[in-house]
This record gives sequence, structure tokens and C-alpha cells, in this order.
Amino acid sequence: MRIVLDILRRAHTDAAPYRQRIPFETEDAGATVAAALTAINAGGIPDEQGNPVEPVRWECSCLQKKCGACAMVIGGRPRLACDARLTEFAKKGSVTVEPLRKFPVIADLTVDRTVLFENLRRMTVWLTQDAPADEQTADAAYDASRCLQCGCCLEVCPNFCAGGEFAGAAAMIPAARLVTELPAAAQKPLREAYSRRFYAGCGKSLACRDVCPAGIETERLLVNSNAAAIWKRLLRRRKK
Amino acid sequence: MHSIHIIGAGLAGLSAALTFAEAGVPCNLISAQPSERAQSVLAEGGINAALDTMGEHDTPAEHFADTVRGGCDLADENAVKHLTESAPEILRRLIALGVPFNMQGDVPVLRNFGGQKKKRTAYARSSTGKIIMNAMTDAVRRYESAGLVRRYAHHSCLSLLTERGCCKGVRVLDRYTGASADFYGTVLLCSGGLNGVFPEKTTGTTQNTGDLTAAAFAAGVQLGNPEMLQYHPTTVGISGKRCLVTEAARGEGGRLYILRGGEKWYFMEEKYPELGNLMPRDVVAREMYFVRQNPECGGQVYLDLTALPEETWRRKLSDLRKELTDYLALDPKADPIPVEEGIHYFMGGIDTDCAHRTNLAGLYAAGECCSQYHGANRLGGNSMLGALLGGKTAADSILAAEGIPETAEKPVWQPCSDPLAAEVPPAEAAQIRDILLGGLGIVRDAASLEGALRQLTEFAAVPHNLRTQNRILLGEAMLRGALARRESRGAHYRADYPARDDAAFRKTTVAVYDGSTVQITFRQLPEKGGA
Repeated sequence: MRIVLDILRRAHTDAAPYRQRIPFETEDAGATVAAALTAINAGGIPDEQGNPVEPVRWECSCLQKKCGACAMVIGGRPRLACDARLTEFAKKGSVTVEPLRKFPVIADLTVDRTVLFENLRRMTVWLTQDAPADEQTADAAYDASRCLQCGCCLEVCPNFCAGGEFAGAAAMIPAARLVTELPAAAQKPLREAYSRRFYAGCGKSLACRDVCPAGIETERLLVNSNAAAIWKRLLRRRKK
Repeated sequence: MHSIHIIGAGLAGLSAALTFAEAGVPCNLISAQPSERAQSVLAEGGINAALDTMGEHDTPAEHFADTVRGGCDLADENAVKHLTESAPEILRRLIALGVPFNMQGDVPVLRNFGGQKKKRTAYARSSTGKIIMNAMTDAVRRYESAGLVRRYAHHSCLSLLTERGCCKGVRVLDRYTGASADFYGTVLLCSGGLNGVFPEKTTGTTQNTGDLTAAAFAAGVQLGNPEMLQYHPTTVGISGKRCLVTEAARGEGGRLYILRGGEKWYFMEEKYPELGNLMPRDVVAREMYFVRQNPECGGQVYLDLTALPEETWRRKLSDLRKELTDYLALDPKADPIPVEEGIHYFMGGIDTDCAHRTNLAGLYAAGECCSQYHGANRLGGNSMLGALLGGKTAADSILAAEGIPETAEKPVWQPCSDPLAAEVPPAEAAQIRDILLGGLGIVRDAASLEGALRQLTEFAAVPHNLRTQNRILLGEAMLRGALARRESRGAHYRADYPARDDAAFRKTTVAVYDGSTVQITFRQLPEKGGA
């Protein structure tokens, strides 16, 4: 099959963006955008006009949906390139591939997601004392531990902008593990940060719910965390 | 600025950073990508510790015996003793950090894993690595906020700064700006395995290039057992890589078979009645290789998980099922999985002693980049344990040897002119991979190894960039190590020397580059109770 990757490119942060259409041919019906980018960067594939293609800057690591490195906007939606089959996204033989829009572009499809990690520090997402081992909270803690910090949820969030006070689901989810596991008395700084940096800014659009590449049940964690952090209802006290 | 530099922010790097921070000592944590993207998040099945929560009277001594036997008596037994005796405390610490293992009340449930006679592997469904990494990342974040751990999370380490046999620091590239800077001080490499040497043919990440190990080797750092590559028995091909089907699938009852005369032949169960499908990985991978060559057999080995109960899928292997469904369009509850052996782990690597010191003063190594703990074959469940203990032990050694570091000068960033900044061109990476795989398969012999060496020498004769030259040297060390070890042991099986030869080869293969040639020698294992 032949599919054209229509890539929004930029040589560096301050350079003007431009589009480049690069045809990719493969026999693999399951080929992903990641596979296409890897093949393009191996060299030898000219663009549609026959011009040589400079390597496309993009980030990847695990290539199996477990690290979040390759998040980008594919066919208008935030997705992991390793999880985006070309056949799923192709329209009239072409797939648009663009960098995430909520973060500064470094080059091509590489964006600077430092703000994700700064927000986790601002939210004081860490334990302040040992967590009591508890079978009852393990399920929610497990789900909350699976966040990839890819940024897809922030891409679709109407309330998030990089540099703003609202930290979004990418901070709420990791925080959910701690508000689930810690006794209330140990949560004061986290609860305060949660209230200010998440609860106060979340418009409950739940746009994050449908885009999480890890399939985390955002809504369930949000409800639980609001109950624990804002209303101080601890999960382990709830009857099963 | 601080003067301890940890290279790599996976499990070993985080463990080291946490150790320094808890001692009140600042460090730099330098990694090409944030911890969330490290290869450690791919670990699936679990982590071993003789916690004895399953009523089987397990002990660290049995964990020790299984690990040494699984490694075919090639591991430093002092290091393994430290590993297995430390394991229960490491697990308790992870629980205290809030890792949501599968629990029964307030103790973790343990599962069977390969090469071990008792249930010893704690797990968080089938994403144990990701779940442990999340808790460790949270724990380190507290000290980032306090200024004790300073993250450089889009920074590659290009090379070591060496002077008269000592490591004086590292050269670091900012991948966003393209600038580089020299960081002077003590260096701890936690830079992972050599997956990049075999692009698309391993279960690892694209970020574990092995290029830093190659640069260190070119600078005179010794490698230990470079020929010891682990082929995991159950992997499947997906776009751009091999994807692991966790050993936990067999631990929970999965069975390997091949069709022989149209009938399912459960060859592992027939040949190894005690451990069956859960023999150590080297044995299973080799048996799969041999049954595939059998003219009576169908050529494809299957992993049959269809008899696993719903509860097991839901509570223990939920992520595996989703992965297989997503990538193979196959429901493992209904259909057997066609599996093949794939490169999964590098037992060999930078040669260190028990304290994780290398042969260069001021340079330490831990985690998969170093050759400690696993001998000729790693047991499933021991890699995360080795990374956690290795990082901590290396940090403790640095603190004991170097004391509290003095504040160093701030590094000066400047446009990078280091020739190592240029990557190995993908086409050349594929050529090197194919040459090496010609010699370093599951079954090896002198002819294939010498053939691969000849091809590598021819390939090296044309001009290459410096990073490619280093990778060629690293590949040569692997091939020469495999050629010199004229016996079969663990992951290293020589068709022309099928027997194990303890008298000549129960020794560490040591590879060193003297500036012109790659030399291979064999070193006696340390005395038990020695250093």
C-alpha cells in the first residue's frame, strides 16, 4: 500500500513551519505512523515533489504504547505514533502528522513537555510517609500508576495551557495514587495543591476521558480523587 | 552544580539518585528522555524476593541457589548473595513507597517464574516495571523539588572524559539545543542494555542504543561476558520491534507446543517434567530452536494460554491480553500465540566488581549496562531486583569512596563539535546488526563466528563516523568473546563445543580495547566471601 504522510515540519523552534508530503510504501497492513517515520529517516525516500527529505525529528522509545514518547497529532487527534495504524487514519491516501499543539515545538514533531514534570513537582506528587499496604486501594493505585506523561489528555483539554496554574489530568492521575494511598493527615500539601492546581480549574469537560492511550479510567480517578482530596473521603473507608 | 553524575534515569539510575538524596548528597540525573520513557517501564512479569508469603517455606538461600544455577555458575556468588539476601527488604521498601502489587491482605501474592522452584515473584498484574517505576519516580521527585536531584531529562551522554586511566567526567549533549558541556566529577553509568546494536530485533527501546557502552569500551573500559545475550523464548513481531510475551504467562499456566505429525507436542513438559515450560530462558529458547529444526515438526512454536481462567486474565494478565489483541488482532483466550525467540537482555556489559566499580577510577556502572549478578543467563524477575540493588550499591560505594563531593563549577554549554554527536546511520546500523546476528544466534560455532568477524572487519575497512566505529568495536568484543569461549554455558551455546567446561571456562570473559586491538582474557571468579 502507498500512503502519503503529510507532515507539519519546522527546522527549529524559531523557524517557519511548512508542510511536506512524503510517500511511504509498505506491504504491512498493520504499519504504524512510527514505522513510516522510521523508514523515512532511514533515508532514500524523496517527498512527493522528488526532493530529498531531511530526517524528521520525532521522539520514540518503547514502540509499544508503554512510554508515551511518540505522542503527536495524527489525523487531527492526539495519538501515539506507535499505536496509530496508517490504514486507520488515512483519508484519500494521506495522513496528517503534526506536533502536539500545547507545548513548545523543538523541531518537526518533537515538543518540549518539561511543563508536565514541572507540574508534578508543583503539585507535590510524592509520598511524605510510608504508604500502608492495602488491598482495597490497590486497583485505583494501579490505574493511577499507569500514566505515560504523554500529554495527549492536555492536547484536548479546554482548560489547560502550558504555563497556566491548571495542571490537568496528567497531574491529577499520578496524584490520584497518593490521595488514594495516604492517610488524610499526610496529604495536606498535596490536597491544597490538588485543589488549587486541578480542582479549581477543571471544567469537567471529560475530553481527557476518550484520548488516553493507556486507557486509564480518567473519570473514575477524578471522582475518587475529588472525594479524597477535596471532601476528605478516603477510599479504604468505603464499604465494598 | 554537583559533581556526581548518574547517566540514565531508569530503575538503576533512580535507585542511585534516591540513595544519594536520602544521604543528603546532591547528584545530577542525566537521561535522553524522562524516566517515564525508560526501558524499565517495559518490565512485565515481576520482581523476585524470598518473602515466603505463599506458605512454601522459601528462603533467600534458595533464591541464591536458583540464581547461581540459572546463571550456570558464572555469576559472582558474593554479588548474588548480596542480591538475594537484600531482596526481601527491597520489596518491603517498594511496598512502603506505595507500589500496588497484587496483594492478599497486606502481603504481596507471589507467582511462579522461570528457573525457580518456589513462588517468589511479586507482581503488579503484567505491568510491574511501569508500576514500580512510577513509585520510584514519585519518590525521587521529592528530592528534585528540594534541589538534591537535578534532572537533565533531554540530554545524552556522548563520551567519558578520561585522563591517565581515570574517569574525570562526561560530555553531555542537550538534544533540544544541540549544545554540549563537560560535566566533571564521579560518573555512574546506568545507561541500559545494548538493544541499539540489534535495531528492530530486540524487545527493548530505541533509546538503549549501547553507544555509551561502546564509547566507554573504546576509551579502555573493560567489558565482562560480552557474548552473553539472552534470547527470550516468547516474543512476537510487531511494527519495528520484538514484543515480549511475559514469562508470567507461562507462570500462570501457559504451555508451549509445536505440531508434530499434526498433534500438539508439549516438548518442554515432556523433556523437563519438573519445571516444564518454566525452565530457565536459555534452556527454553534453545529447545524451541531445536524443535523447529525437527523435520517431523511444523516449524512454528505456539504459546497456548486458552485454558487460563477469566480471573487470571482480569487480575493478573490484563495488560498482556490488551497488548496481544491490539497488536496481533488475536485473542489469547481463544487462540494460541505464535511465538519466537527474541533478544531480550544483555547479561554481559561493563565489567564491575561487587561494589559496582569499573576498571577506571571514578567510573561506576549499574543496571543492565553492567555485567553483574546474572552470569550466563538471567532469571526472570531478577532484572529489576539487580537494577534496584545495583544502583543503590554503586551509590553507597561512591559515597564511601569519594565522600561528600565538593561543589563543582557550572558546566559551560557551547555549540557541539564532538564527532560522537553524529548517530550511527540507520543503514549501517542494520548492516552491523545482520553481521553480528550471523554469529551470535542461539546456536553458535567457530565457522559462523569467524565468518561474522571477517565481515565485520571488511565493513570496518571503509570510512565510518566515530560512533559507528565504536559500535563495530563493541560488536567485535561480542564476537571475539563468543569465539574464545570454547564451551557451552547458559545463553552461549556452541554446536562445536556442546559441553560445559568448568576447568577452562568457569571464568569471566574480559574484553578490553588497547587502542589497536580487542583483547579477550578469562578471569577467575572471585573467591566466595571475597570482594
